Amino acid sequence: MKKNITYSIIGLCALTLAFSACRKDKNNGPTDPNTGEVFSVAGDQVGRPGIATVFVSAADKDMFNTTVPSVMGAAFQSKFQTQLQAYNGGLYTTNLLGLTDSQFTGVLATDVLNVSTTGKTTYYDGTNVLTGRKLDDDVIDVSLILVFGGPDATKNPTLTSDHVDHNDKPFSASFPYEAAPW
Amino acid sequence: MKKMKFIIAAALILSIGGGIIWASDHADAPNVKGKSTDITDLYVFQGANNNNLVFVGNVQGLMSPTTTQTAKFDENTMIEFKIDNDGDNVEDLVIQCVYKSGKMYIYGPVKPANTGLSSTVVGTASVIVPVTPYSSPTPIVATSKGIMAFAGPRDDPFFFDLDQFHKITGGTATGFTNPGHDTFAGTNVMSVVVEVPKSLLKSTGKLNVWLQTKQKS
Repeated sequence: MKKNITYSIIGLCALTLAFSACRKDKNNGPTDPNTGEVFSVAGDQVGRPGIATVFVSAADKDMFNTTVPSVMGAAFQSKFQTQLQAYNGGLYTTNLLGLTDSQFTGVLATDVLNVSTTGKTTYYDGTNVLTGRKLDDDVIDVSLILVFGGPDATKNPTLTSDHVDHNDKPFSASFPYEAAPW
Repeated sequence: MKKMKFIIAAALILSIGGGIIWASDHADAPNVKGKSTDITDLYVFQGANNNNLVFVGNVQGLMSPTTTQTAKFDENTMIEFKIDNDGDNVEDLVIQCVYKSGKMYIYGPVKPANTGLSSTVVGTASVIVPVTPYSSPTPIVATSKGIMAFAGPRDDPFFFDLDQFHKITGGTATGFTNPGHDTFAGTNVMSVVVEVPKSLLKSTGKLNVWLQTKQKS
């Protein structure tokens, strides 16, 4: 008796699903509620940490978020270069990576995170440069050194580290790696 | 000393334009500030299994514990990882994260229907994971087709003495202190974590990745 009722309920559910899948106002498949949905109002866009925040002027920020990476260089490299020199009082020459102002901002202006799929992934560990971004990478110090540190990272010693080199909670070695919320 | 004053002056002049905040992406453009589309960080790194790559996308930053109790993902917002695997900075694959009725639906890695700022959800979800509630002692993880997913509140993994940086650009300090203080200590974000086998990314060694949020029209 129970089995018959169960089969009837399953049959009823299947019918209901079939009818709901035919609704004209939704462009969804019967088993996935989101398939085909269009999201076309641009929100936020991020590649490397902090770069857009620091190098894109307040007036340009909304425009930057609606600029796709393949055209970012043309749109923003020279503005980034002006900003970099301004940060350094016009005295930037090269940095620890040996990049001139135009070379460095040429890299930064296309705001994407470079990732290696064949080796260690890290923002910078002294050897590997821009091969990913781990949770515990001190991206701030890396960025400060490359912006303010000069050719051998010794310039502007009070600006090349914020002396905060770890997160407030330890990370996990296993998925999902991030710590539980406060 | 003269050089330092020059630098501070330059920073001051720049900061008058609206406050330069070196905070990953925590304080953002006028159109997204404070909204569910506001991205704080993107991380991409090898998983515990080196054959996998982990994508972390964080939104809604600077949440206190109290705010986190009622924090939610937004059904009107897609969180999308863009992946370029041939070096032209145009996405070849996307991982799309769409929240619906308590679950995060993860699509991809898949070739997008179109590139750029408008995104269409492609195919059916690769993995669906219930959002981990704030009160849950352990994170809820779903695995399907070799892809692992998590979605929910997490401690903000970002660390930086932003307060001191504000003092520097505001002219009341000439440098960072030692030790510094993590302005983001004690704050949370809403996070999506997706771990995928590298083989699904069709890479010849290098990828370029960026994170976008967008809303339905």
